[in-house]
Amino acid sequence: MAFDRCADDVREFIERAAPSHPSVIDTEHLVAELYHVVNVPTMIWIDEQGRICRPHDSQFGTDIFTDFHGKLSEPYLDMLRAWVRTGEGALPRDEVDSLRIEPDAASQLARSERALAWWLHGQQRGEAAERHFVRADELAPNDWTIRRGSMPIRGKDPFGPEFFALAEEGKPDYPMEALTPTRKD
Amino acid sequence: MNKFILIDDEKLSDEGQTPLGATQLDLERDGDRVLLKPADIERALGWSLKEQGLCRGDVCLAISRGESSDGTSSMDLETLAELLGRPLAIDQQEGVALLGTGIEERVLSLAGGQAPDFELPDLSGRMHRLSDHRGKKVLLIAHASW
Repeated sequence: MAFDRCADDVREFIERAAPSHPSVIDTEHLVAELYHVVNVPTMIWIDEQGRICRPHDSQFGTDIFTDFHGKLSEPYLDMLRAWVRTGEGALPRDEVDSLRIEPDAASQLARSERALAWWLHGQQRGEAAERHFVRADELAPNDWTIRRGSMPIRGKDPFGPEFFALAEEGKPDYPMEALTPTRKD
Repeated sequence: MNKFILIDDEKLSDEGQTPLGATQLDLERDGDRVLLKPADIERALGWSLKEQGLCRGDVCLAISRGESSDGTSSMDLETLAELLGRPLAIDQQEGVALLGTGIEERVLSLAGGQAPDFELPDLSGRMHRLSDHRGKKVLLIAHASW
């Protein structure tokens, strides 16, 4: 699923990949809210019973940006194949719980501020929207679904200087990232 | 009386659909206070003010600190949000506010270990629901063009 403004933001990518699985668009950040997702890409494994069996992890399906993030795709794809075939790599409930990041009152308020900003933006009340995007950023400085994800809406380049300034502050990390063996070095 | 829009962001989470549950109300404003009559609260959020407190279904929240308890006087929006344990984003100038999901509810739903269900559209607008894939393994990938 994609956190984007509209289907056309991601259309070319999805059409080029032509996946056989559903590929959906989440303009309201519903999944960010429900799962407390703070960056992309975020992968979550869900078992046959609908239970989260490997929590939020940031991994990649290709090596296009390996120089930037330092992760290789092949070890992760191998892990995925093993999980699909044998169930290997699924974690017990207590480990899933300890390897999640928890939302807090500030992050919930940040999502509300972002939601209000997005609604105001949709009403062509851009100046008012900006006030609430700013507030959301202040409340959730480590949430890139908010800070980077709002850039295209606010007329900023999510691959430009503002993004690199954000990256300087350090990217949000999921605990799983330190455990999944995909580091290049 | 002023036109005021109250958005219930939880309606979105429950139904997994857009548009947001936005209700237009005629409200009294007292400085920065936005006052809701019992009928407004019920219409926008489904909670009714009764003698025993603020009630929805089987749940009643006790009302303290001299807020409306006779079911007739108004309650201000901030007090209401606090009582419901929900975050409030408000724009006084634009006359709009949004109630999000409270931290207690979010922590509780995540701690259950179950993957929260949702329904979202694909490129052609066709809806897909996570729980339609029950019985299979699912890799949920959050990505974006940014």
